[in-house]
Amino acid sequence: MDIATFVQVLDSTLRLATPLLFACLAGLISERAGVFDIGLEVKMLGAAFMAAAIAFVSGNVWIGVAAAVAGSVLMSLVHGGAAITFRGNQRISGVAINFLAAGITVVIAQNWFRQGGRTPSLSGDARMARIDLPFAENLRDVPVIGPVYHGILSGPAPLVYVAFLCVPATWYLLFRTRFGLRLRAVGENPAAVDTAGVSVIGLRFAAVAICGVLCGLAGAYLSTGLSAGFVKDMTAGRGFIALAAMIFAKWRPWQAMGAVLLFGLLEAVANRFQNIDIFGVAVPVQAMQALPYILTVVILAGFVGKAIPPRAGGAAYVKEH
Amino acid sequence: MITARIVFARPSDPRMSLTHPPQMRQETAASDIPAIELRGICKAFGPVQANKDISIRVRRGTIHGIVGENGAGKSTLMSILYGFYRADAGEILINGRPTEIPDSLSAIRAGIGMVFQHFKLVENFTVLENVILGAEGSALLRPSLAKARGLLKDLAREFELNVDPDALIENLSVGHQQRVEILKALYREADILILDEPTGVLTPSEADHLFRILRGLKEQGKTIILITHKLREIMDVTDDVSVMRRGEMVATRATAQTSPTELAELMVGRKVLLRVEKTPATPGEEVLRVQSLRLVDGQGVERLRGLDFTIRAGEILGIAGVAGNGQSELLEVLAGLRPATGQAWLRGAVLPLSGPGADAQTRRATAVAHVPEDRHRRGLVLNFHAWENTALGYHNDPAYNPTPWKMDNDAIIRDTSAKMAAFDVRPPDPQLKASGFSGGNQQKIVLAREIEHAPDLLLVGQPTRGVDIGAIEFIHQRLIRLRDAGAAILLVSVELDEIMALSDRIVVMFDGRIMGERLPEKTNAQELGLLMAGMA
Repeated sequence: MDIATFVQVLDSTLRLATPLLFACLAGLISERAGVFDIGLEVKMLGAAFMAAAIAFVSGNVWIGVAAAVAGSVLMSLVHGGAAITFRGNQRISGVAINFLAAGITVVIAQNWFRQGGRTPSLSGDARMARIDLPFAENLRDVPVIGPVYHGILSGPAPLVYVAFLCVPATWYLLFRTRFGLRLRAVGENPAAVDTAGVSVIGLRFAAVAICGVLCGLAGAYLSTGLSAGFVKDMTAGRGFIALAAMIFAKWRPWQAMGAVLLFGLLEAVANRFQNIDIFGVAVPVQAMQALPYILTVVILAGFVGKAIPPRAGGAAYVKEH
Repeated sequence: MITARIVFARPSDPRMSLTHPPQMRQETAASDIPAIELRGICKAFGPVQANKDISIRVRRGTIHGIVGENGAGKSTLMSILYGFYRADAGEILINGRPTEIPDSLSAIRAGIGMVFQHFKLVENFTVLENVILGAEGSALLRPSLAKARGLLKDLAREFELNVDPDALIENLSVGHQQRVEILKALYREADILILDEPTGVLTPSEADHLFRILRGLKEQGKTIILITHKLREIMDVTDDVSVMRRGEMVATRATAQTSPTELAELMVGRKVLLRVEKTPATPGEEVLRVQSLRLVDGQGVERLRGLDFTIRAGEILGIAGVAGNGQSELLEVLAGLRPATGQAWLRGAVLPLSGPGADAQTRRATAVAHVPEDRHRRGLVLNFHAWENTALGYHNDPAYNPTPWKMDNDAIIRDTSAKMAAFDVRPPDPQLKASGFSGGNQQKIVLAREIEHAPDLLLVGQPTRGVDIGAIEFIHQRLIRLRDAGAAILLVSVELDEIMALSDRIVVMFDGRIMGERLPEKTNAQELGLLMAGMA
C-alpha cells in the first residue's frame, strides 16, 4: 500500500468516525446517567434531515446545524419525558421514537421538496466543507495532498475537530466535575443522589439533553459534512454501531474514541478497497461493506468480555426506603 | 400524589424560613427546647394509615430509641422527617422552630442526617466520592475531595470512624459502609442523626463499635434517633424510648425506668414470651450426616470448605453466622437446589449431593422439607393465590391428583383452609394472592405447607425475618412442636437471639467453615459473636 492510499484511508477514517463518535459520546452520557437510549440512530437521522433541510432553505449550514441540534434535543426530551418523568420503559420509548422519526423525516422531506423523500443536494455555504468526499466510489478520485499529517489533519469539516475535542471534554466533565460525579452516581444508585438532596430527574434530563445535542451534531455532520444532503435512512445503523462501540468501550470516553476509530477504519477500508483479492479469491464488495456490521455483531456477541453497564441503567427511579 | 399540609404554629414569626443555615441552628441551643418535636403527623398510603396523629419530643443531646413491630410505621415517620415522604398533616419543629421538610435537601439544611436501613451508597465510587456527593461545594471535584479528605481524618480520630477514604464501597464490609453513611451525615454538619435498623446487618462486635460511635457523637451534643426492633440495644444505648404500634405512638419512656418486658408488651399490645419455652431435647436416631461438604460457585470461589455435622431426630441444630458466610449455600445444597461435593446420608441411606436424585422434588419425596430464606424469591409465587402456593412442591401429591389429567383444586383449597386455621393465618382466605398477606402471614403459609407434611428433616432459613413479634412467637412454638414430634431441624438464622432461643446445639459458620460447636446453655452472645467474626 503506498503512502497516498494510507493517508486517504486514515483521512476517511476520521471523517467516518466523526458521526459515530458524537453518537457514542451521546449514548455514553445518557447511559452513565441511567437512561438507556436506543434512539441514537433516529436522533441522528432526524438531525441529519433538519440540518440538510434548513441549510438548504436558509443557505447557511450553521443555521442548519442549529436546527439539527434543536430537533435532536426535542426528541431527547420526548424520550426523557416518557422514560424519566412518566417512568415508561426506556427501550419501548426508544423504539417508538425510532419508528416515528424514521417515517416522519421521509414524509416531511417528500412534502417539502418532492424529491422522493430526500432533500436537494447542498452546495456552497449550505455545505459544511468544500472538500468533496461524499461517497465511496468517489474516494479514489480525490487528489492526494502532501504528507500524512497534512493529509489527515487538514481538510475535514470543523465538526470533526469538535467531535474529537468532545472526548477529553466528556472525560473531564464526567470525572473531574461535580456535575459528572452526580451524573455517574445517578446512573449507579439514584437513591444515593436523592437522599443527598440532589434532583434525580433534573440530572437525568440534563444528561438526556446533552445526548440530544451530541446526536444533533452527529446528524448535522452526516448530511452536511460527510454527504451533501439528506437521503432516506442515511444513518444506516450508525446509531446502533455507536451503541456497540459504547459497550465495547465500557462506557469510557477515551476507549469510546478508540472503538469508533476502529469502526471508522473498517468502513474506510471497505470503501477504499472495494475489489480485493485474497490468494486469488475475489472478495465481493458487499462483504467488505458488511465489515463494520459484522464487527458490531462480534463485539456484541461477547467479544468485549464482561461489560458492566451502569447499575441503575434502564430503570426509572421510584422512591422507596 | 398526596399533598402536604404542614400547619405553622406561629406563621407571623419572621425567623421561620423554610430552612436554616447551620449558624442559626446554634444560637437557640437551649437545653429545654427539644431538638425535634413532631405534632400530629399523619400519613396514609392509599387506604393504609401508616402514621396516625404521631407526636413525639426528642431531647437535644440524647439517644432516643423508637421501637415497634414491622409495619408499625417507624420508617415512614423517619422518612417524613428526612423529607423522603411528605406528611398529610402535622407539624415538624426543629429546635423549636416550625420547619417544612418537603425534600431531603431541606432536611439536610435543617441539620438532619439519616442512615437508611438499606444504605444509599454508590457501590463503585470511593468513600470520598460518596461522602461529598451532593455536598461538593465547588463545580470542580479536586478542591472538594481535598477538603473532605481532611475532614474525614478529623472525624476518624474523634469518633473511631476509621475508613480508608480511597476504598471503593463495594470492597468494604457492611460495618464500614455504615460508617461511610454516618460520615456523610457528619460531613453535612448534621446535628440530628437518624439510624434505621442499623444493627440488622452487623456482627455483635461491629454493633458494639457502632454504639461506641453513637455515644461519642452524643457527647459532642448530637441528637440521635435509633430505630430498631431489638430491645436489648434500646436498653443498652438509649436515654429515652418511644414505642409505636400500628401507626400510632403508644408510649414514651425514660429507658432507665422501663424494661424489655414492658416495651415488648407495648409493642405487641399484650404479654409476650421473650424466651421460647421448651423442654430439653430428647434426640433419637441420626437423621442427617454430612461429611466434607464442599461447594465452589460459578466464579470459582469456594463457598463451603468441607463441612461435617450430624442432626438427630428431635433436635434443632442452629447455624449461626453473619449473612454471606456459606449458610445460604448450605441450605441450598441440602434442599437439592445446587450441586456440591462430599458425602451425606439421610436416615443411613446415601443422600446424593449432585447428579440424579439431587433435586428438590426428590428431597421432598424423601421427607426433607425446606423453608427458604427468601420467601418472596423462593418460598412463594406472590402472584399466585394462597391455595396455589400451598400446592407448590407438593403438586404431585396423590391427594391433590385423583386422576392423572386433572388436579383437584377444591381439595387443595380445603387443605389450604385447614392449614391456615392450624397456623392462624390472617386473613384465612385461600383465594387471596400471596402478595396480599403481611410478611408474618406469608411466612406462616410457607411453614404450614412444609410442616404439615410431617417432614423427617426440616431445613429452615431465617424463619422470622421481617416478621412481627406476635408471629415470631407463634413460629418458634411451631418449630419446637415439630422437634418434639421427632423431626430433625436445621435452623439457619442471622438473629443470634433466635439461634440461642431455639437451638439444642449451635454451630457457627464463618467463611464456609464451621468455627465451632456450642451448647446454647453453655455459651453466650459474646463468645458466639467472636466465632461469627472468625476470631477463635
